[in-house]
Amino acid sequence: MKETKIFEKPKSMVDVTTHYCPGCTHGVAHRLVAEIIDELGIQEKTVAVAPVGCAVFLYNYINVDAYEAAHGRAPAVASACKRLLPDHIVFSYQGDGDLASIGMAEIVHAANRGEHITVVFLNNAIYGMTGGQMAPTTLVGQKATTCPLGRDPKLAGYPIRMCEMLSTLQAPAYIARVSVAKPKYTLKAKEALRKAFQTQIDGKGFSFVEILSTCPTNWGLRPVDATNWLEEHMMPEFPLGEFKTPA
Amino acid sequence: MGKRFLMKGNEALAEAAIHAGCKYFFGYPITPQNEIPEYMSKKLPEIGGVYLQAESEVAAINMIFGAAGTGKRVMTSSSSPGVSLMSEGISYIAGAELPCVLMNIMRGGPGLGGILPSQSDYFQATRGGGHGDYRLLVLAPSTVQEAVDLTMLAFDLAEKYRSPVMILADGFMGQMMEAVEFNETHMDGLPDPAEWAVGYMKQRGSRALVKSLYLDPEELEAHNWKLQAKYAEMTKNEKRHESYLADDAEILIAAYGTVARIARTAINELRAEGVKVGLFRPISLFPFPYEPLEALPKSVKQILTVEMSCGQMIEDIRLGVGKDMPVSMYGRVGGMTPSVEEIKDQVRKALGR
Amino acid sequence: MAKFLRGLIAAGFGGQGVLLLGQIVAHAAMKEGRFVTWIPSYGPEMRGGTANCSVAISEEEIGSPVIPHPDCLVIMNQPSLAKFEEDLKTGGVLLYNSDLVTYPKPRKDITVIPVPCNTVALELGNEKVANVITLGALAAASDLVTVEGCKATLAELMGKKKAALVEVNMTAFDKGVEIARKALG
Repeated sequence: MKETKIFEKPKSMVDVTTHYCPGCTHGVAHRLVAEIIDELGIQEKTVAVAPVGCAVFLYNYINVDAYEAAHGRAPAVASACKRLLPDHIVFSYQGDGDLASIGMAEIVHAANRGEHITVVFLNNAIYGMTGGQMAPTTLVGQKATTCPLGRDPKLAGYPIRMCEMLSTLQAPAYIARVSVAKPKYTLKAKEALRKAFQTQIDGKGFSFVEILSTCPTNWGLRPVDATNWLEEHMMPEFPLGEFKTPA
Repeated sequence: MGKRFLMKGNEALAEAAIHAGCKYFFGYPITPQNEIPEYMSKKLPEIGGVYLQAESEVAAINMIFGAAGTGKRVMTSSSSPGVSLMSEGISYIAGAELPCVLMNIMRGGPGLGGILPSQSDYFQATRGGGHGDYRLLVLAPSTVQEAVDLTMLAFDLAEKYRSPVMILADGFMGQMMEAVEFNETHMDGLPDPAEWAVGYMKQRGSRALVKSLYLDPEELEAHNWKLQAKYAEMTKNEKRHESYLADDAEILIAAYGTVARIARTAINELRAEGVKVGLFRPISLFPFPYEPLEALPKSVKQILTVEMSCGQMIEDIRLGVGKDMPVSMYGRVGGMTPSVEEIKDQVRKALGR
Repeated sequence: MAKFLRGLIAAGFGGQGVLLLGQIVAHAAMKEGRFVTWIPSYGPEMRGGTANCSVAISEEEIGSPVIPHPDCLVIMNQPSLAKFEEDLKTGGVLLYNSDLVTYPKPRKDITVIPVPCNTVALELGNEKVANVITLGALAAASDLVTVEGCKATLAELMGKKKAALVEVNMTAFDKGVEIARKALG
C-alpha cells in the first residue's frame, strides 16, 4: 500500500514538548506561525521577538533567530531589528498583559510609525504566567486573582479592544482578529497570519493579528468548556474580522 | 595634526560615534543632550544609517537592545532622568551581553531636578542603576577632544567585551565648544558578530538567541560567573587615569570630568603660590583605577575630593587610599559648578593656611 | 612672561546674536593657533530671556572654561551690564550697545566703547547685523583675535549657507572696526 503523508510537524518547529497547560491554545498559535514560516520559505531570515509571559519560551519551540524582550517592549525591539535588517522578516509574539498593559506605548507607537513588522497578539483575557491576575482585556464580571469578585468597571474600567484602537491609526496596513479556539476558527486564523506576514514581505507596512485564546487553568475551566466560554463570552466583546487590509 | 573643528561637546560626541562606525541611533529628547540626537537625525540618513526618535527612553533603550542584537554599532544618549528610565533595559543589555554605547550628559537630580550640569549619577553609572550583578564600563572625559577619543574607544571596548559602555559627561561638557580633531583608531581582533548576532542564521547554519532569562538557577549562576569573569578582565585591562603634578604633592585633588579641568586651573594657580598640590583624575570610573591611590607618593598627606555631587566618587577614593589617609570632600550640586577660587580656598583650608 | 590667556563674556537678550558672536571669536582664535573654549548659558534662559557665553583663549590647554573675571565684555542689554560690569578686570575692555544700554557712570579703570549697533545696522539696511558690528568693534578694540583673522572667519562661516548675506556682514564688520578705532582715538 502506498503511504501518503498528510500531517507532519512544521520544519521550523523544534521537536520538543511545550510547557503549556492542557487546553491552552498557545501551542496552536505557535504551530500556525511555524507553518506560515515554512510555507513562505523564510525560516533563515525570520527573527522572532518573544514577550514576558507564558510565551517567553517561544524561542524554544520555533527555530528562528530570536530575542527575548523585556516586558511589553517587544515592538521596540522588533522595530529596531527590522530597521537594521530590512531584508529579514521580524515578528513579535505577545500576550495581553505584555502588549495591552505594560507595553501599550510601544505597540501604539510601533503601529503608528508603520513599522514593517508583524505582531501576533494572544488575547486570553488574563495574566497566565503570573497566575491568573486581571488583564486589561479581562471581561467585565470575569473573575481573576486580583479581582476575585469579577472585574468591576467602576474600579478597573473596561476591556481594551486593541484591533479597534489600532485601526484608528493611519499607518497600519493589516489588522485582524481571529481565534484558535475551534478548528473552524483556526483555519481562518492561519489565513490572517499568512496575510500579515505577506504584508511584511511585500513591504506594505505594519501588520497585527489578535488571536483570541483560551487559558483553561486560570479561567478555572476544563479545556472544552474553555473553548465554549471563549465563543460565548469573549467573541461578543472582541468581534472577529479584518479591521484593516493593505491597499 | 588633522583638521581641527570647533564643536560643541554634544555634537563632537555624535560625530565621534559616526567616525567610529556607528550608523544607528535611537533616543528621546531631553536637555542638556539634545544636540546629540539632532546631529544624528541630520547625519545618519546621509550615510545610509537609521535615526529613530522613540516614544520614550524606555522604548529607546529597548530599540538599542534590538539593534545591538544584530551586532552592528549602535548608540543612544540621554540625561539623568532619562537614564533612570533606561536602567531596566541596560540591565537586559548587560545580561544578554550586547555591545552598545550609552551617553549620559548628566544634569542635577534627584527627581526632575534641573537641567544644569551635575555629576550626581556616579553611583548610578558605576554601581548599577538597573537590577542584577552587572557592570557598565564607564568612561569620563574631561575635554571635548577626550570625549571624542573615548567615544571611539568605547565602541571598540563594547565589542571587545560584548558589553554596554557608558560615556559619562555633564551638561557643561555637552554644551561647551572646543577645538577637536577626529583621529580614527581601530582595535584589532574584535569578535565577529556573525558568531552570535541575529541575522546570520543562513551563514552560520544555526539560529542566534538574544536573551537574559535563565530559569534554571545553576544555569543563571554560571551565566553570572561568566559575566563576572568578563568584568574581572575589564578591570585588569581597562583602567585609565591621569596624574598631574602628583609626585611631590602634599595634597591631591581627586576629580573627574569637568571638575577635573577646573581643578587643574586651581592647581596651576596654587603652584604659582608655592602650594604643593596635584591632581588625580580617574578616566575610567568602572573599572576604577585604585592602584595609583594604593601607591601614592610619600609626600601626599591628604586627599581633597571635588565633585558636582554630595559625595559619590569619594567612596572609590576611600576604597583606594584605605582608612589611614584623610579624605575630605568639596561638592557643589544642583547645577552649580565649583569655581577655581572655591577649590583654592578648600585646598588652603585643608592645609590649614 | 606670562602666557597669553584672555576671557570674553558676551551677554544680551536671546536673539541678539551674542552666542554667535562668541563662537566667531572662538573660531577665529582657534584658526590663529590658540586653545579655545566656548560655553553658553543654557536652559530656560534660552527661551527669550537673557543669554550669554564665555570664551577663553589661551596659548596653553584650558583648564576651567568658566570666566569669573573677563578681559573683555560685550554688553547688549541693560540687565547684562548690571550682571557683569563689576567682574571685568582692571584694564579690560567693555563694549556696550549704546542704542539699548545706558551706562551713566563708567568705570575709570577700563576702556569703555559705546557701539550704536542697532542704529548702524538699520543704516546698513539689515537690523540683524548689529552683532557683527559689535564683533568688528570687539576685534579692533581687543587683542583676543586679529581684525583680519576675525573677518576672514566671519566670511568663512557666513559663506556656508548665507552667501547672499556676506557682503552686508563684511560692511557691518568694517563699520564696527571703524567705530572702535574712532573711540580709541
